[in-house]
Amino acid sequence: MQTIDVSVEGIRTLNQLLHTEDHTGAIEVQNPNGRHSIAVGATIPVDVTVNGHVGYYCAGMNQHANIQVNGNAGPGLAENMMSGQVRVTGDASQYCGATAHGGLLVVQGNAAARCGISMKGVDIVVGGNVGHMSAFMAQTGRLVICGDAGDALGDSIYEARIYVKGLVKSTGADCELKEMRDEHLEELTQLLAAANITEHSAKDFRRYGSARKLYHFNIDNANAY
Amino acid sequence: MTDDYHSRLRESATFPRHVIAEIQRAAREGIYDIRGFGAKRRVPDFDDLLFLGASMSRYPLEGYRETCDTSVTLGARFTKKPIELKIPITIAGMSFGALSAQAKEALGRGASAMGTSTTTGDGGMTPEERGHSDLLVYQYLPSRYGMNPDDLRKADAIEIVVGQGAKPGGGGMLLGMKISERVAGMRDLPEGIDQRSACRHPDWTGPDDLEIKINELREITDWQIPIYAKIGASRPYFDTALAVKSGADVVVLDGMQGGTAATQDVFIEHVGIPTLPAVRMAVDALKELDMHRKVQLIVSGGIRSGADVAKALALGADAVSIGTAALIALGDNSPEHEEEYRKLGTSAGYYDDWQDGKDPAGICTQDPELAARLDPELGGRRLANYLSCLTLETQTLARACGKSHVHNLEPEDLVALTVESAAMAGVPLAGTQWIPGSGY
Repeated sequence: MQTIDVSVEGIRTLNQLLHTEDHTGAIEVQNPNGRHSIAVGATIPVDVTVNGHVGYYCAGMNQHANIQVNGNAGPGLAENMMSGQVRVTGDASQYCGATAHGGLLVVQGNAAARCGISMKGVDIVVGGNVGHMSAFMAQTGRLVICGDAGDALGDSIYEARIYVKGLVKSTGADCELKEMRDEHLEELTQLLAAANITEHSAKDFRRYGSARKLYHFNIDNANAY
Repeated sequence: MTDDYHSRLRESATFPRHVIAEIQRAAREGIYDIRGFGAKRRVPDFDDLLFLGASMSRYPLEGYRETCDTSVTLGARFTKKPIELKIPITIAGMSFGALSAQAKEALGRGASAMGTSTTTGDGGMTPEERGHSDLLVYQYLPSRYGMNPDDLRKADAIEIVVGQGAKPGGGGMLLGMKISERVAGMRDLPEGIDQRSACRHPDWTGPDDLEIKINELREITDWQIPIYAKIGASRPYFDTALAVKSGADVVVLDGMQGGTAATQDVFIEHVGIPTLPAVRMAVDALKELDMHRKVQLIVSGGIRSGADVAKALALGADAVSIGTAALIALGDNSPEHEEEYRKLGTSAGYYDDWQDGKDPAGICTQDPELAARLDPELGGRRLANYLSCLTLETQTLARACGKSHVHNLEPEDLVALTVESAAMAGVPLAGTQWIPGSGY
């Protein structure tokens, strides 16, 4: 285990190490104190544990690394993540998982507005609630919400799938409630297990997705935009 | 019909034929017109300026003999590997998707032959354009289609796109006919659907966030490559100042004449300000911050000739960027396709339906048969010829003004033909000492 105190060594030391192809061995990050861009652009399959709260863009563009934040995360957590796993034990601010292409993002607490905005293949599991406009323009991937969802869930959604256990305040344009079939129960069970969130059962969730009415620009749909 | 018959016809200034045709089309289709190209209306532009040339008090340089340097360094503010251009003209961002792979390759070939850069667009980086572009700028757009850290690290610079001159405040659109299997795959979208590119970034809002975003991208790329910020010309004084404050190495400023692959006509023609005043406003901001020539300014939007290049540089730009003109150099709107333009209800010189994927020149299309018409080597050669011509023209004008580097051109070398252009460019009306708006 290598320990980096970013209040002394700065984030450059940490991020450079995460871009070093021949580095192996776990890394522990101390005193993040809300700093931005902690553990961004990782290219190697290492375990990174961040002890404390992080600012903007923690784990941005992550590839392969397994990053755990023992605390809360600021805006843009794991933005554009490609692979690996990112876990936050507390809450996450706006647009966590934005445009992420792959990997697994777990927020054990709540996630604020625009969680999973424009997601492109990532799996996101939120233990608590999500804010408004979550999964806005979500393209592919799965978003699991164990609590409630705010206004305009899945607005302008493409092919992403959303699972919600709690209340949905409203759905956005072209997002509708879908049938929960066996394959959905199966994939949701797997997602909850992968996220190590064990207190929920897949059968208590509902599925939301695209009505696909806005896929072609049509004047008859003008009122929906 | 007789001449007498024609002399009695009077077209309305309020309802000329193209306006009548648009009302009739709107009544028929019930939806706004979407098209490519850029603004077609007349706006004050670089044609409204003239160079004074050398005289008794200034001596010129010998054409073809005395050196007139055209090299430009971009992005040395913070990064380890600034961009070194041999000419002050770059190729603007245009996407694979909007353009065929052959067209992207041709742009890369032409730009590389002349020692300048080309730029990706919405939809990510293709191996063809990376392979054929010695200097490739990777656009970081709101949609983040195809965005990934591997390509980010392959880029020679990153351009964060905040806006585009053809549509400041608007996102992109790529209609279903151009969403081929390959385009759809790169964008993680279903094939054949109309696809919107977001109008604002998903994970930052405003200049304070942008500063944090720029630092994130620098961390990911280990502070190696420059980061540009591209803005559509609407409030260029403030936007330039805020881009500098946010830490951008280069500001790319796109005026309203800038092209687009697909945008509502009403947006193209009625939003944003012309390139001419935008340059002056951006340079004012850089000078007030003491950052002129430290943060470089690239200007685009309606650049057609070496005269446009020279005038933009004289007003204080470090380089210009071309998009529409580059496509025309590749073969867009060529008379050789006249028969097919007619079938599409248009004519060479008027074709602007770049959004519908039927481009007879094989440039703005994903149809394999149409795209195969463009030979990337020939297209690249044409673009290199055109860039060479622009450069020679720029040098001709610079030498006439006695400048040994094109960056030595200055506002003092210019006068304006109209009161409007004098006010916009901040140079005197020809024959006077009057710069409208500068006081007495």
